Amino acid sequence: MTDVSAIAESGVLPNRMVLRITPPSRWWELPLGEMWDYRELLYFFVWRDIKVRYKQTAIGAAWAVLQPFLTMLVFSLFFGKLAQIPSLGLPYPIFYYSALLPWMYFAGALANSTNTIVENQRLITKVYFPRLILPFSSVLSGLVDFGISFLMFVAMMIYYGIRPTPAMIWFPMFLLLAILTALGAGLWLSALNAIYRDVRYVLPFLVQFWLFASPVVYPSSLVAAKWPKWAWLYGLNPMAGVIEGFRWSLTGKGDPPGYLMVVSMGVVLTVLLGGIAYFQKMETTIADVV
Amino acid sequence: MSESVIHVEGLGKRYRVGQRERYVALRDVLTRAFTAPFRGGSRNGKPDYLWALRDVSFDVKPGEVVGLIGRNGAGKSTLLKLLARITRPTEGYAEIHGRVGSLLEVGTGFHSELTGRENVFLNGAVLGMQKAEMLRKFDEIVGFAEVERHLDTPIKHYSTGMQMRLAFAVAAHLEPEILLVDEVLAVGDLNFQKKCMGKMQEVSRSGRTIVFVSHQMNQIRRLCERVFWLADGGIHRVGQADRVVGEYEAEMLAGIAPANGDRGQAKARFVNWAIDGSEAGTPNVLATTGRIKVRFNLALPDPLRMGHHGIALYDSDRHVVWGNAVDNLELPAGAHAFVHELPSLPLRPGPYTWKVSLYQEGDLLDAWECVPEMLVTTKPVTHPKDEWAGLLNIEDQFSVVSKEKPQI
Repeated sequence: MTDVSAIAESGVLPNRMVLRITPPSRWWELPLGEMWDYRELLYFFVWRDIKVRYKQTAIGAAWAVLQPFLTMLVFSLFFGKLAQIPSLGLPYPIFYYSALLPWMYFAGALANSTNTIVENQRLITKVYFPRLILPFSSVLSGLVDFGISFLMFVAMMIYYGIRPTPAMIWFPMFLLLAILTALGAGLWLSALNAIYRDVRYVLPFLVQFWLFASPVVYPSSLVAAKWPKWAWLYGLNPMAGVIEGFRWSLTGKGDPPGYLMVVSMGVVLTVLLGGIAYFQKMETTIADVV
Repeated sequence: MSESVIHVEGLGKRYRVGQRERYVALRDVLTRAFTAPFRGGSRNGKPDYLWALRDVSFDVKPGEVVGLIGRNGAGKSTLLKLLARITRPTEGYAEIHGRVGSLLEVGTGFHSELTGRENVFLNGAVLGMQKAEMLRKFDEIVGFAEVERHLDTPIKHYSTGMQMRLAFAVAAHLEPEILLVDEVLAVGDLNFQKKCMGKMQEVSRSGRTIVFVSHQMNQIRRLCERVFWLADGGIHRVGQADRVVGEYEAEMLAGIAPANGDRGQAKARFVNWAIDGSEAGTPNVLATTGRIKVRFNLALPDPLRMGHHGIALYDSDRHVVWGNAVDNLELPAGAHAFVHELPSLPLRPGPYTWKVSLYQEGDLLDAWECVPEMLVTTKPVTHPKDEWAGLLNIEDQFSVVSKEKPQI
């Protein structure tokens, strides 16, 4: 909706940009060109988030490994050894860690993007840049943590002697889907939290709820076996497709998440486009509110 | 195509009353949604709106330095925010030709955990500088800020002054065609202020356009060529800086000065006053620090015996800046001019008020608080900050004399 469109003027003012500042229009448009112009700022925001995060925690990067690793231990012990939840024939640590990889990334990205508008309100009220950069950067900066915890996963794979299968080539696609899911939800939450400040109090509950609605502690085949007619409904949670996809592509166990994936992708796209529209609606008034 | 760099047409911004401060809680919205059906349409009218700015149109030419003045709430900051694209207008439009840099706050985007070096890059990126440009100017920025030795220290360990210097240094090295500046020079110590002013003048000399908001009239006078005086969300007056600032100050003064009381049945009357040699149409403008003659015209119906004439000059705070009295005046009836010749009146620019009086044998004939005020429009040469500029506008020839051996 940024019709502050930059048109290169021909003739009269060579190489000059003409900015037209107008009231917000009703129409929705994706300012991709403008986002591209501001890509360096996006880079700096991501870079700032990472620097600050590692400067503020005493154990720094170790936190990115410890968090999923300890969670994996607890899950393996209680859901695995005690509750005997089936694990597709995978060792419990691998079964849980492969799901916690995308899940921890997702939960972290949601927490970051929910607060991003409020945390950067001084910036927003003092300088212009496409506000969309903020949720984008909070989602992207989580990838560094993800990379570090992924290294741990590689070590675990070697320890358990599990070889990657050809399914591995699908992994980047599932990673992309995880990023887009986080972005879609993050856009909604960041915009909502900018307008309703109590959204961040709802977030921990939402994340916990979402965790159990996703196949982190159990395989989705369990759901499909119990309620075969409603399995597609399960796919409405895009994280279901993402997590199953991670497990399958990284370990080769389980089924490729076929139609679950298609439903998930459809949902992600809808959430993402809706999120951009809602975010931009919020954006036009945000400097007056925050 | 006009040759203006900023073209504004019918620009307006409406706020919902209270919207600027308050935000809603989701909880309240949900509560309202649930209880609304039971409250039987108790929707008490439309929300209140407030036009912070309305129907504003103007053009700014390339290379112009424009000042925005006005009381708080007149719409200055809103206008600047609209031009900087921080908020969107409600109606009208603005066209901007060229790269815009906005400096609405010093140090926007600084993060206290990051080092000076890191913050330079972050702040530069926030203000719209490309990385290559920053790399090129890095040394210059650091030199300007005088923080070379602390570059790799987190800025939370910097003094406020250091942070400020670093922040301004980054901003000053922006090279936009149009620079929007809001009151940022109101902070910092004297050296910093001088440096900022110098840098701003340099920027304007290099042909770039500046739109500048300040409450420091001294700064406006020094920097700006043209001034927009905003009042009640509209442009109240536009014109040459000296003139508009003078009028603005005069009106601010009128709000606090006593009204020119009833002069009653005066037996003599001061009719008008003028500065000799002043330009036609502006007899009340003092534009020189050199020798001046001030002329007060008096209508005297009866001859004056044993006359006593008093004169005083007040500044905007109602302090007497100068005063004098003349005794034993003997004058025939008729029109007279009382002329006061002063070798120099080096007052700080601003509005001043003359007061003249005439007595006869102790009886008051007339006392006149002269209108219009005298506007001093000389170039300020003292401290850039109003509260330290002092009353006198006198050039300082500063030098340091040192002896080789300290004498104790």
